[in-house]
Amino acid sequence: MADYQNLFTRVQVEAPHYPGIPHEPQGLWKRGTKASASYWLGKIGDAQIGPFYLGATGLASIVFGLLAFEIIGLNMWASVGWDPVQFVRQLFWLALEPPAPQYGLSLPPLKDGGWYLMAGFFLTASILLWWVRTYRLARKHKMGTHVAWAFASAIWLFLVLGLFRPLLMGSWSESVPFGIFPHLDWTAAFSLRYGNLLYNPFHALSIVFLYGSVLLFAMHAGTIMAVSKYGGEREIEQTIDRGTAAERAALFWRWTMGFNATMESIHRWAWWFAVLCTLTGGIGILLTGTVVDNWYLWAVKHGVAPAYPYSFDPVVDPATLTGAGQ
Amino acid sequence: MAMLSFERKYRVRGGTLVGGDLFDFWVGPFYVGFFGVTTAFFALLGTALLVYGAALGDHTTGLQTWNLWQINVAPPDLSHGLGLAPLAEGGIWQIVTICAIGAFTSWALREVEICRKLGMGFHVPVAFASAILAYVTLQVIRPVLLGAWGHAFPYGIYSHLDWVSNVAYQYLHFHYNPAHMVAVTFFFTTTLALALHGALVLSAINPKKGEVVKTAEHENSFFRDNIGYSIGTLGIHRFGLLLAINAGVWSAICIVVSGPFWTRSWPDWWAWWLNLPMWN
Repeated sequence: MADYQNLFTRVQVEAPHYPGIPHEPQGLWKRGTKASASYWLGKIGDAQIGPFYLGATGLASIVFGLLAFEIIGLNMWASVGWDPVQFVRQLFWLALEPPAPQYGLSLPPLKDGGWYLMAGFFLTASILLWWVRTYRLARKHKMGTHVAWAFASAIWLFLVLGLFRPLLMGSWSESVPFGIFPHLDWTAAFSLRYGNLLYNPFHALSIVFLYGSVLLFAMHAGTIMAVSKYGGEREIEQTIDRGTAAERAALFWRWTMGFNATMESIHRWAWWFAVLCTLTGGIGILLTGTVVDNWYLWAVKHGVAPAYPYSFDPVVDPATLTGAGQ
Repeated sequence: MAMLSFERKYRVRGGTLVGGDLFDFWVGPFYVGFFGVTTAFFALLGTALLVYGAALGDHTTGLQTWNLWQINVAPPDLSHGLGLAPLAEGGIWQIVTICAIGAFTSWALREVEICRKLGMGFHVPVAFASAILAYVTLQVIRPVLLGAWGHAFPYGIYSHLDWVSNVAYQYLHFHYNPAHMVAVTFFFTTTLALALHGALVLSAINPKKGEVVKTAEHENSFFRDNIGYSIGTLGIHRFGLLLAINAGVWSAICIVVSGPFWTRSWPDWWAWWLNLPMWN
């Protein structure tokens, strides 16, 4: 039982850093040459840090990302009267809020949501440029573009929240504020406004894929760690030329639950579960308020949720009572 | 026989924790073992009781339905405290909970036996244990600390969602629970890491048409170019396992502190930060 479970690297080899697979020379940009090593990173993974490739889209993405970050941070700081102590004290509560509803889809003054729209624009530009960079780096390495398309699924949810749904609703005020607690407040208010998001079937699917992804990663990572003494982490080699690690990994699940993936197909399960999490989540958000106004009533109408009996008498509108408004 | 081409040489005797050779055999692709028998016993009994509970109807509303979404087998009313309730008033829920814990634990121990048979590490059953911990925390530890089985969640598709809503709003706004924030962060990060890992391996094995299959060094170069660091083929599995286990453990923490250790609203909890003496 006291076996070595390979949780940490016990002996680290120091060697010159690996410069990376050569790119085809094209354009102005070249991969950096500097790299360093971290002993503590080496305990769990590769010690080598870098070299990094900047590139035009990478540079533009970082510049736009910094701009968005600065706009958000400076607006938050301004909201506490430029007091540095209060900025730190209230940081989790501070927000850069979207425009008020009366502005619709028009451009409001900077202090009334204009900064918010600008930060959102720069953040969106930054993320889209990073997607382009991810795609092009995969092609530079003559690899598939699976990472970029998985990233695109997350971008879909991001765009639904901040662009597509506000456009359909006809108001920028529908988008999510920037800030730690403020975005949590938005989430709770959104769920309450639309009759409890737990009754939204796409929300349910999204959670299934979120929990499913965590379950799958626990199963997969646990399996590979458990056969790492047979070289199981060399997944590409085990896919092309099956060894005892892949055989034991497959048999473990076959004997446990009667079914097993293969060394390649487990990564397809992984990719789809993670991708479907944000894909179904985005659908659920996009339908909310645009197609469905109350998910609880929707669920009752379609027979999936019970109609609860009235516990209280209907509330009388106080404006109709004698003496109101005097 | 449902055996893979290479399977026969792995089907050896031994590795059992209890029972010796008694249940050391396979049924189709499934390994049995002593814990396979106990898993089957608890799972079948628990499922049968859920069907019985559905036939009797929901004791909290007096309604009976075979609508799969609406079936509800609820724990006893709070008035029963930590005592045993009559079958039709939550007793079924109590036995089902015992069956569930028995089945989950048996399944984990059966995984241990299979690990021993195959000469594998015990990472999978250990990871599964964190999920069992979260379940036991919700259904046993927290209700015991609060003094009534009625605090546990009911067995039903929509009824358990209602329980989540109701319990969350008892603390005004559950997103402010710091352990819940940590747990959600682990769930999202695990899913992000899974997407990146799955995609990276697929992109190496399935390169552009006409290209040869790529290597782990391509994976490293791609990630170092993109974000400046590649954790490596072994490291990503250590990291993923750590993230996933933490998602389960912090879920357990975030619910066990709600009630037994904090009874007010979670937004209120953050007052300690706002009132630190260093702000003066």
